[in-house]
Amino acid sequence: MTEEIIIAGFGGQGVLSMGKILAYSGVMQNKEVSWMPSYGPEMRGGTANVTVIISDERISSPILNAYDTAIILNQQSMDKFEKTVKPGGLLIFDPNGLTRLPERTDINIYSIEAADEAGKRGLSKIFNMIVLGGFLKLKPLVAPEFIHKGLEKSLPARHHALIPENEKAIEIGKELLTPVHVLN
Amino acid sequence: MGELRLMKGNEAIAEAAIRAGCDGYFGYPITPQSEVMEYLMAEKPFERTGMVVLQAESEVAAINMLYGGAGTGKMVMTSSSSPGVSLMQEGISYMAGAELPAVIVNIVRGGPGLGTIQPSQADYFQAVKGGGHGDYKMLVLAPASVQEMCDHVKLGFEKAYQYRTPVMILSDGAIGQMMEKVVLFDQVPRRTDAELIEQCPWASNGRPKTRNHNIITSLDLDPAGQERVNLKLQAKYRLMEQNEVLYEEIQCEDAEYLFVAFGLSARICQKAIDMARAKGIKVGLFRPITLFPFPSMEVSNVGNRVKGILVVEMNAGQMIEDVRLSVGCKIKIEHFGRFGGIIPAPDEVVRALEQKIIGG
Repeated sequence: MTEEIIIAGFGGQGVLSMGKILAYSGVMQNKEVSWMPSYGPEMRGGTANVTVIISDERISSPILNAYDTAIILNQQSMDKFEKTVKPGGLLIFDPNGLTRLPERTDINIYSIEAADEAGKRGLSKIFNMIVLGGFLKLKPLVAPEFIHKGLEKSLPARHHALIPENEKAIEIGKELLTPVHVLN
Repeated sequence: MGELRLMKGNEAIAEAAIRAGCDGYFGYPITPQSEVMEYLMAEKPFERTGMVVLQAESEVAAINMLYGGAGTGKMVMTSSSSPGVSLMQEGISYMAGAELPAVIVNIVRGGPGLGTIQPSQADYFQAVKGGGHGDYKMLVLAPASVQEMCDHVKLGFEKAYQYRTPVMILSDGAIGQMMEKVVLFDQVPRRTDAELIEQCPWASNGRPKTRNHNIITSLDLDPAGQERVNLKLQAKYRLMEQNEVLYEEIQCEDAEYLFVAFGLSARICQKAIDMARAKGIKVGLFRPITLFPFPSMEVSNVGNRVKGILVVEMNAGQMIEDVRLSVGCKIKIEHFGRFGGIIPAPDEVVRALEQKIIGG
């Protein structure tokens, strides 16, 4: 099993930390992982993305141009990464702020209104965990107990009191996922 | 087994320095390697092991602090990225001339000039052919994973002291910034003063009555003396060529074509191998781990068994010169590279193999 994922959105949405929690959870479950962030001028311009690879085998290239899953959280990222999903792959997006919805017909597409839900519940800081929950519902790569360990490892100790809230957000995300285009 | 962590390459370098028993880190911030000093400052090794961490006023100051520290036998390290490493070249040449051990990390970014902050491998020539003046070499290690970023720090210090030479770790912004699993080796205690005096009888760290002054210098105005220094250095480099070559062969046994690549490019080539083999193209990878000493004999042995070689580098064609010198002219050898901070995608590499080697 190898899952190649791109998570892309604005800086501040928790894109990098979502990837980090996923990667650390993979480590806890004894998977091979790599986490490759954008750190260049594009990040300074406000967009952020991270490539996460989780595999049972040694990971070759940490840099990819085609992905099994794209998690897309803003319009710039939709424009850039919709076309990079492998045929038959998965695209999850939050429609909040998007001006153009995905158009591919050869991939599975789900929307998740995570920003809206997080706002309603006053949980804007764990918006990214809601999105992660949606992804994990479709691709349960890592078992919940290892997500818990991943949260413990990737959050500083002073934030450990927030772990139950993060886990709750993951459960909310699983409920919130809406199919947009599903292949037979 | 050591401690398992998920770390950035830059952080792994910093933690490995602490654990290797490093006495002092001197550096100046520059993207994409600032996490090395950030990690050290946050981790406070001055409380953990007594290791000094100091932000110098410039890269020139940092490399000369290394010269001073190494001259007393202390285990010292610096890190920077391309423009900063260019500033250090005079100091590196002096350290090679004065035979001083140290580890110097270059997390390469795109150049020339101030260039970009994105990853590159365009400093191969500078690292391997002597970026400073005079006939000198450094042992140059090229890690391709976060695990090797960690392991090469320890190995680098061992070799620096074994040969009394500066050692360079030549990596790039991508491996510096990415996180992977890493198994950290156990803490090696910093050497005591007594151990240092015993292990570094050449060091200038206080003269007991039993010996003459130790003088650390790269200056000998008498040409006969300076030639002796050069002969000694060259003998050392020949010994390194005999004993310190490191490389990795991946899927070379049945290969009809060969990628030669180091560092990040080698990782991209591994993906390209999977893609090419899925199309029925039997290609393997030869990955030099030491860039000096270059695995000439070893790449020649593999290279002369295949129909063609594609050297993949994030530069305009630097290591390819050493591959051509090693393999000779009977085999077709071409270069594929992207420049200025662009990372080649695995499918681009496969296309280049098809166009430049198989179809060419």
